Amino acid sequence: MIRRASITVAVILFGLVFASLAANHVGHQSLPPLAKRYVELVPQDLGAPNVITGILLTYRAFDTLGEVAVLFMVAAGVGLVLKTRKRRSKKSPETQPRQASEIVQTGAQILVPLIAIFAAYIIMNGHLSAGGGFQGGAVIASSVLLLLLADPQQRLDLDFLSSTESIAGVLFVLVGVAGLILADGFLDNRVLPLGEFGAFFSAGAIPLLSVLLGVKVGCELSVIIDRFRA
Amino acid sequence: MISTVVLATGLALILIGLWGMLTHRNILRIIISFSLIGTGTHIVIVAIGYVANGTAPIIDRALSVADAPSRAVDPIPSALVVTAIVIGLAVTAVMLAYAIRLYDSKKTLSIDAFTESKW
Repeated sequence: MIRRASITVAVILFGLVFASLAANHVGHQSLPPLAKRYVELVPQDLGAPNVITGILLTYRAFDTLGEVAVLFMVAAGVGLVLKTRKRRSKKSPETQPRQASEIVQTGAQILVPLIAIFAAYIIMNGHLSAGGGFQGGAVIASSVLLLLLADPQQRLDLDFLSSTESIAGVLFVLVGVAGLILADGFLDNRVLPLGEFGAFFSAGAIPLLSVLLGVKVGCELSVIIDRFRA
Repeated sequence: MISTVVLATGLALILIGLWGMLTHRNILRIIISFSLIGTGTHIVIVAIGYVANGTAPIIDRALSVADAPSRAVDPIPSALVVTAIVIGLAVTAVMLAYAIRLYDSKKTLSIDAFTESKW
């Protein structure tokens, strides 16, 4: 009873703080100086119509690299936490996973290729419109999840996934180092010609970085999904 | 105006998550509450970046290069949120992995069963 009362008090106090935040919120009337600079510079210097992708894959690409490293560590960490459990469950295989229903199996056969094409579209349009490597990689992982739901017995080729992921990561860093040598800095996108503004092959190395990021994120998330299976 | 509504929605989600986290005893529900708090935070960050009458910072037929600095919303919070969503997913994955291990040790998901680390 006391616990519930103190929880209510805490939530109400937080609610008061949040209410004053929302009540006193004044929206921007114009862009802050830094944002204005980014919005001007990304189309001019990087040739990318999507300002957010320009920030993520060039100005803040080093942070993106760190983020991918976090995902890699999570894949490794989840594997470490669940490893001993897997060995134990192999000793007593009393629970076989149930076969998926026919609806799920047929649906997966139709949807998995469509989802893969959609993921490729999202990844390749990252520099032109809404989309990018992370989003597309997550869509790829969702198709892998559907595949595993449809056929729980299926074994993913973990060696293939990890080596693809490592190669994509190494290539990502190599593109960054190429920027150091050929252009103005680490992960500068101007190592490749900028091309025509708004064209499919444009914005220098950004589409290439998007593809590498999409492959890497897709593989990492698929490995994480696979680790959660008993 | 619209940014205040979105901001209030995000803050309300954070409150719901906080309440759920404190009242529920099931570990999976606590993890869902954590995700709610994360999603609320993302909405708050996006709302802060809104500029009155702004549009998405993507240059196309509807938004010319010359117009962009006066009509686009702040791209930095959006870029931050893309990062935050991925990290949130990673944190959720680690929490779920620990939930599986905790279930294995006690065969229950109630946090009342895990009292060893209490002082």
